[in-house]
This record gives sequence, C-alpha cells and structure tokens, in this order.
Amino acid sequence: MIKPDRIVATTCPYCGVGCTLNLHIKENVVYRVTSPFDAPANHGNLCVKGRFGYDFIHSKDRLTKPLMRKDGELAPAKWDGALGHVAERLLEIRDKYGPDSIGFLLSAKCTNEENYLLQKVARGLIGTNNVDHCARL
Amino acid sequence: MTNSIADIHLAEVLLVTGSNTTEAHPVISLEMKKAVRQRGAKLILIDPREIELADFATLHLRPRSGTDVALLNSMAHVIIGRGWAKEEFIAARTENFDALREAVKESTPQWGEDVTGVPAEMIEEAAQVYSQAGSAAIFWAMGITQSSHGVDNVQALANLALLTGNFGKPGSGVNPLRGQNNVQGACDMGGLPNVLTGYQQVADENARAKFENAWQTSVKIPSKPGLTVTEMMNGVLDGRIKALYILGENPMLSDPNTNHVKEALEKIEFLVAQDIFLNETAQLAHVVLPGVSFAEKEGTFTNTERRVQLVRAALPVRGDARRDLDIICDLGQRLSRADAKNSSDAIRPVSDWNYADAAAVWDEIAALTPSLAGISHERLDPRGIQWPCPAADHPGTPILHKEKFTRGLGKFTPLVFREPMENPDSEYPFTLNTGRILQHWHGGTMSRRSEGLDWVVPEGEIQINDADGERLGIASGEMIRVASRRGEATGKARLTDKLPRGMVFMNFHFAEVPANALTGDAVDPVAKIPEYKVSAVKIERI
Ligand code: SF4
Repeated sequence: MIKPDRIVATTCPYCGVGCTLNLHIKENVVYRVTSPFDAPANHGNLCVKGRFGYDFIHSKDRLTKPLMRKDGELAPAKWDGALGHVAERLLEIRDKYGPDSIGFLLSAKCTNEENYLLQKVARGLIGTNNVDHCARL
Repeated sequence: MTNSIADIHLAEVLLVTGSNTTEAHPVISLEMKKAVRQRGAKLILIDPREIELADFATLHLRPRSGTDVALLNSMAHVIIGRGWAKEEFIAARTENFDALREAVKESTPQWGEDVTGVPAEMIEEAAQVYSQAGSAAIFWAMGITQSSHGVDNVQALANLALLTGNFGKPGSGVNPLRGQNNVQGACDMGGLPNVLTGYQQVADENARAKFENAWQTSVKIPSKPGLTVTEMMNGVLDGRIKALYILGENPMLSDPNTNHVKEALEKIEFLVAQDIFLNETAQLAHVVLPGVSFAEKEGTFTNTERRVQLVRAALPVRGDARRDLDIICDLGQRLSRADAKNSSDAIRPVSDWNYADAAAVWDEIAALTPSLAGISHERLDPRGIQWPCPAADHPGTPILHKEKFTRGLGKFTPLVFREPMENPDSEYPFTLNTGRILQHWHGGTMSRRSEGLDWVVPEGEIQINDADGERLGIASGEMIRVASRRGEATGKARLTDKLPRGMVFMNFHFAEVPANALTGDAVDPVAKIPEYKVSAVKIERI
C-alpha cells in the first residue's frame, strides 16, 4: 500500500452537509480520501462525490495563468497587467455610470473569508449593494 | 437548519419535502434512514416522484407540481380542526394564530385533494402522524424554494412546526438542506443584496456606520438594497449594469433561461471571471483570474447546520495561479490606492488590505458580526462551531429557538394558495422538473473532471414516465427533443415508473443537455428564486 507523505483534514467542496475529508497525499497528488469516525457532521461516512470526486484538483484543464481578451481572443497575461486592468476599468465604469452599474457575484463554493472580502470590495470600495450569489439557484 | 445533523435520529417523525435527500444530501439521508430503520421513526414523504426515500416512508404524498401551499394549508386545517394543535406552545411562544386559523378555514382535506390530487384521507393521516409525534422534524431543499412562491412554501412549513410546538428541542425544527457546500457561509458573509455579515441590514444606519468606520474607506455603503442575480442579468440587457465580477460561479449553466444569460454576458461592457476552470461563463470574460481549488487554500466553509469548519491547504498552488484571497486583497489594494488619490476627503485613511492570513480576515469578520464574535480559526480545530456563538467561551448553538425565537414570538403567516406561473396546457402538455443526481455536481465543472464519476454517469438523460413514453412511441435510449416557450434541449430518453404521468425530469449537470435552456424567468416575489421545478414543455422523438 502507498504510504502518504501527509494526511490533511479539510471540508468537502461539494454539498452543504460539510463532511470532513482526510486527503491522503503522495508527491503532491491526492490519491485517496477517507473520513475520521468522530467527524462532527458525518461520523466517517462519505458519499461517492466526497470519496472519489477529487480528480478535478489535478485536471490538466486547471487555469494556471491570468487571461486577457486581445483582438477578441483570450490570451495569457501577467498578474500586474490583468489586475491593473480590472481595477482601472471598474473605477472608470463607476465614475462614468455610477457605482450601481457594477455587480458582484459571490460564490457558494468559495470560503467565508473570500466572500467577505469581495463584498467588502463591492460595498466599501465601489459603493454598491449589487452583491449576490447563486444560492437561490 | 434550526437543528443539527446529529439529532436527526432522535426525531419520532420526519417530514421530508422537495428534497431528494439520497441523491443531493447523501450523508444526511443516512441519518434519516437510521432514524426509520433503527429507531422506528415514521417518515412522511411529500414528493411527486417515487424517489429512493419512498422505500422508507410510512406515507408518501404525491401532489401535483407547485401545489405545496394547498397541501400544507390543508394539513394545518386538519390539525386545528381536530384539536391536535399544541395550545400551550401557541399561547406562550407565538402570535397571529387567529389569522392562520382564518386563512385555512376553507382548506378542507377534500379541497386539498381537488387541488393537489393527494387523497383526502392521506392528508388527514399525514396531519395526524406529524402532529401527534413527541418530536417531528421537517426537511426541505430546492423542491420547496425553487418556486414562484417559494417563500410561501417555507412559511407554510413553519406554520405546521409552530402549530405543533416542534421548535427548540432535539429531533424537531425546520431544516432547509443547503445545496452548495458554502451557500450558508456566502449568505452569512453578506453575499446578498440587502445585508452585511450576519444578516445586519444595509438599511440600518448603525450597521452601515459600524462597517464604514471599521473599513475606513472613502465611499459610503448605500442604504438601498442592491440587485439580485436575476435582476443583474436583466440589468445588463436594459443597460443599467455595465460590469460584472463573477467569483467561482458559472451562471451560464446554473441560471434559469440560459439563452437570456448568454445574451447578457455577451453584451456586457466588462466581465471579470475568477475561477479554476475556463467554464462557459469565463469563456465570455474580458479578464480571467485563475484562483485555486479547496485543496490549495486556507479558510472556512459553513455547512447546512450552521457549523463553521476549517478548510486547510493540502497542496501547493499550481503554476501562476494565486490563492483567491490574495487575488481579492491585491484588487482591494489597487482600488483603495486609486481611490485615495482621487478622494477629495484626503484626511480619511483607507484600510490597507494587508492580512497576514485567512485567520486574520476571519478576526475582522468576527469583530463586526455579533453572531460570530466568539469564533476564531483556532477554536474551530477540530470540530468546528455552530453559530450563533457570541463569545469566546460560548460553545456554539446546535439547536436554535430553545427558549425564544430570534424575533421574540414565532409568527404564523396566513397564506393563500397560488398556481405556479406556468402550468401545462395543450401546446406544452408536460411539466418539467429539474434536479441533481448523486454522481454529479451543479454545472459539472468538478465532478465531470473526476474520471470515476463521469464513468458511472457520462451523459445527461431525460426521464419520462413509462406510459407516456409508450403512448408517444419513445423507448429508453432514443434521442428526444424537449422544448419550452424559451428554448429546447435534446438528449437520450429514459423511461421510468418513478415519475408520475405528465412529468419530465432532467438534471442540470450537463452542458450538452441544458435543462436551464428550458426553465423560465418566473421568480418568487420576495426571495427572487427562479421557478426551476415547474415549466411547461413538449417532447418529441427525433
Ligand atoms: S461527502 Fe457527499 S454528502 Fe458529504 S459533503 Fe461531500 S458531497 Fe456532501
């Protein structure tokens, strides 16, 4: 049997039950998922998604570079250029059409901390309450 | 959920409606089965489909789609009429009972049968079983909320729990099963147009002032609630919305009326997508920012029982991607620098958007949010904490509303039954129902890239009732076209006796068989949730 380099306890990325996952890792690849029997939400039970649905982490389709649209096509870009452009365009649009011309969709898949900070950007820096996410969906 | 996953097995009666729990919340369904099989609990299932839980049900009520309020009002009528309501609880802890009694006066079981198709005796029996239990817990999911009167449905369920005193004790309560892993958290964090963290209203001047002071930014938080997702998409089309920033979502696949969303996202002046894949939405963006998966980040998710739990980085970041938190902080820094430069109010310092780590961001959230004030990342190791948790020595709250309701007294809501926005007719004679299946997730971005899951279920099927299939000369495996007033989708038919006649069922995990090309824009007037569970469609062989 493969011996893991490390086992990291975390929370399932799929549904709202919030099962505890133990990710077994060898050479920076997740190769097995288990759950501890004293896990608060799931007592060691997992469904097929939590136990076997982890290949996407290592998918070759994962984005690894920022992209910017040039002549109609998305092309690789540098972080400074991409984020600089985002900040510039958002401020331009805010100044031209007002803060409520910009909307932010938060994510039911992202962490609390990320969601909090993005609504802080929307409300505290842009000045709009156009903040929602796809929970109703 | 008002209650916890750990006390499901203590319920004497479970009422499950609008939730295909074994497919959408599998591990919670295990607790339900345990309650039934090991502890003799009775399960009342309300669902038009013969889902797996039907095998465990004492009573299976199969109402016509979209008639939930009629059925639940009718149950309330029986409970009051037979004297099964818990009068002491109603007197001590609730208000507006007379209004409810008045509203359901005419909702006899016979009327209920006429509207919903569920036999009157079954409605009476369900009312009896639910109200006579020492503890009874209600569970629901999108089948209740994804309706043009979803808020009414939820209130009708709450009425039943109030009538029978099923609040504040183990194995009881009203328990929405949240879909996505952090839907609960996204709402708690102010990911809604009308509230800041912990549901502090943007309309409340004191709340706004508190955040403005803490954030030290130069703009003011508006007092008027903003737009919802559906309204934002409409806003793009009518020119009010010029830019959208979309974090980790794929509205192209998950929003209703896909064609409409596509039109909006193609038209918009500036679209930013922050995601781990180039999904259908990101493909239309002007700038795509590569974030990381849950396995490469630190932070917290909040589950359906309000338990805040740790997410731990297990792997290094790949390539040039960046942690989502770092991306947002970097953007925050850029915006606040630009803002400080332009601001006429130069005395006011802007916050620096430098956080040591996710734990430091959490500390800011806790400081601004009374219901989370006692939670820190340190305390979450290893079991998490259920909010409200107002102080550092508070153990968290597994059961809400123990001595009193958040608002003081529990309020009955009188409700009038309304038909769904679109019922089947002669041109579109079938009712389309949509939902999840066990092996896949949402738009499929993650699950379809997991070999095993995609191997078990590689394509989206269109389910129809056996007899309907026979009548139309359609066999399992044949290609069929489903069309609504808004669009169409084609896919393989699957005949099944689990659906009632006249129903078509599709999952929304496959872009090639897009269920949401068919669904409508009708939304609940309060919650603005789209009506995914009732659309009129027609089907034909191709
Ligand atoms: S393992 Fe299954 S039931 Fe548990 S959180 Fe993940 S998806 Fe939900």
